[in-house]
Amino acid sequence: MTTTTTPTEHPGATAAGAAPVTMAGALNAALRDAMEADDRVVVYGEDVGPLGGVFRVTDGLQAQFGDRRIWDSPLAESGIVGTAIGMAMYGMRPVVEMQFDAFSYPAFEQMVSHVAKMRNRTKGRLTLPMVVRIPCAGAIGGVEHHSDSSEAYWTATPGLTVVMPSNPADAYSMLREAIESDDPVVFMEPKSRYWSKAELALPVRTAAMDRAVVVREGSDVTLLSYGPTVRTALEAADAAAAEDLSIEVVDLRSLSPFDDDTVSASVRKTSRAAVIHEAAQFGGYGAEVAARVTERNFFHLAAPVLRITGFDIPYPSPKLEEHHLPTADRVLAALDTWEWEDRS
Amino acid sequence: MSLNVEHQPTRALPSEKPIRLLDNAGHAVRGAAAGGFELPALDVLLELYRRMVVARRFDVQVTALTKQGRLATYPSAYGQEACEIGAVSAIEAHDWFFPTYRDSIALLTRGIRPGDILASFRGDWHNGYDQHAHRCASQATPLATQALHAVGLAHAARLRNDPLVTLTYLGDGATSEGDAHEAFNFAAVWQTPTVFLIQNNQFAISTPIARQSRAATLADKAVGYGMPGYHVDGNDVAAMYAVTRAAVERARAGGGPTLIEGLTYRVEAHTNSDDPTRYRQARDVEHWKRRDPIERLEKYLVSEGALADEMRAEIADAAESVAEHTRDVMTADAELDPLELFDHVYSRPRAALLEQRARLEAELADTAELHSAGPAGAAR
Repeated sequence: MTTTTTPTEHPGATAAGAAPVTMAGALNAALRDAMEADDRVVVYGEDVGPLGGVFRVTDGLQAQFGDRRIWDSPLAESGIVGTAIGMAMYGMRPVVEMQFDAFSYPAFEQMVSHVAKMRNRTKGRLTLPMVVRIPCAGAIGGVEHHSDSSEAYWTATPGLTVVMPSNPADAYSMLREAIESDDPVVFMEPKSRYWSKAELALPVRTAAMDRAVVVREGSDVTLLSYGPTVRTALEAADAAAAEDLSIEVVDLRSLSPFDDDTVSASVRKTSRAAVIHEAAQFGGYGAEVAARVTERNFFHLAAPVLRITGFDIPYPSPKLEEHHLPTADRVLAALDTWEWEDRS
Repeated sequence: MSLNVEHQPTRALPSEKPIRLLDNAGHAVRGAAAGGFELPALDVLLELYRRMVVARRFDVQVTALTKQGRLATYPSAYGQEACEIGAVSAIEAHDWFFPTYRDSIALLTRGIRPGDILASFRGDWHNGYDQHAHRCASQATPLATQALHAVGLAHAARLRNDPLVTLTYLGDGATSEGDAHEAFNFAAVWQTPTVFLIQNNQFAISTPIARQSRAATLADKAVGYGMPGYHVDGNDVAAMYAVTRAAVERARAGGGPTLIEGLTYRVEAHTNSDDPTRYRQARDVEHWKRRDPIERLEKYLVSEGALADEMRAEIADAAESVAEHTRDVMTADAELDPLELFDHVYSRPRAALLEQRARLEAELADTAELHSAGPAGAAR
């Protein structure tokens, strides 16, 4: 699936030696460079070897590094994550792939009971420097179980670091940083952005992995977005500009930890905030964002923090998903529900 | 070099009759019943005896301390000493051990101090020993999850040409868990140097093995994964040691994983909060007490003239001093710092966690102030 992108989406773009790079290509380059830089980095999962992964993120890596560095594992997600824990205990830096978001659920127990808790349980004597890559979210025409937004399961778990890049430059930089981290990282990759392109000179390092970034400045509204909805927010901002509404777009990038400083600074400037995600609303990540923003900035807010999200339904079938996903129009309609003293 | 191993996986079923090197009367077993295994040398058996006696005394002591309220809980391994001690004694210091919550006595055998083993059951912290120093993972509570860690660590070592072996224990109930299946399969496919010991103590809390599996023996499962399986008398420490030792040696030589089932019995309750009279007969417990693993080996050692009264007394003294030490450390309360709750969650401090830490610190200061102010202060 090819998508066009707006130039504001590429904070890491550099002029010298830049070439068009997709997010999948940037992730592939990050894995290659990490494997070259550190022989403790090993990669495995389902179909990541000769096939190069169903999204081709590991394309060509087995040919370059051999099957002691990157290999196809048996088809069992708990086994993949559970063995990665053992490898990390030994001192390796495993990067494992869950083929699709909803296929990560068999690994839930290993993630929550061990990946998240090992460091704390052992008072820091045993760390798990491992990365669990999860292609996530929808808008790719996938059949059931191929389009879930499972981020809130992971962000609700203390001990996990959860990040989601929205563009190729961040994808490269954040994956390198995730692999270098001594803590386990859930690295979520928005599938609908895999083939989005940016002009990039790799390697590139963008903002630190745990920071949110203002990707478009504005003065009236702050849209808090991440992964696939950064583009939605930017589209909404473009459309709103025509109506003289100035929208600031924040790409959260790191879902856990949450960059309160960057978000609060933006909200205090605009005094209005909405959070956008594909996942269902009830108990979703946006609830945490809205609560934090409100708790910390209540007296700076001119209106309640809105959540513009998928409906509280199981992810729809491909022919119906367009109705579920938040669009720029839906974002703008939601902003219209606020009372605007200075707008008619 | 590829790690793929071209070989014909075993299709032979384990013997239905458990492999046994010493019978219940303490006589050496030879021929087919011994499954081709040799009785370990007397000095090895004497050391296993010493370790089992110490382990049992420790276990009895900890159960008593738990009844006195010194521990939050304690899953006893009374009666399972042959499995617990026999298998873990078959690995080397360089090897890694992945235990469950029931395997405290194996950790004692591994050289971990009683207070460090029991820190979690006392409620101090979820794990009390240095895993890397002892090459022992924390005691896993979620069933069979640790078996995958054992496979992963073994595979990593193999990638590094490090000749270590991993040994993990599972219970009969844990074989129903998906992670047991995944661990067996990953180990076999990757040919990791891993030994799985299923301690079939016939109960998963209250659920008997008949409601857990229809397999003729749990060792039979090995065949489906393409690895060797052994069904062993789990109350015969000689057999447990010999079979595990052979599996460890094969694993170290690149021969891949092995599944061993030790058929034993959980003499004590699941934990102190369990009531086994609701689900099993006292006569069954008595039957298994008459198959005691320590008495069996003792009879053999005495018949061989390898256990003089003096030595028996010396071993009993050693066991008593471990019990005494355990009493001492468990009777004293550990110094706990509530603020440490925030220190180990992430390698780099998080702002939100530091805020919460400061909040708790303030609460603690308020509480301390109230206490120091006495009743008048409290009434303020």
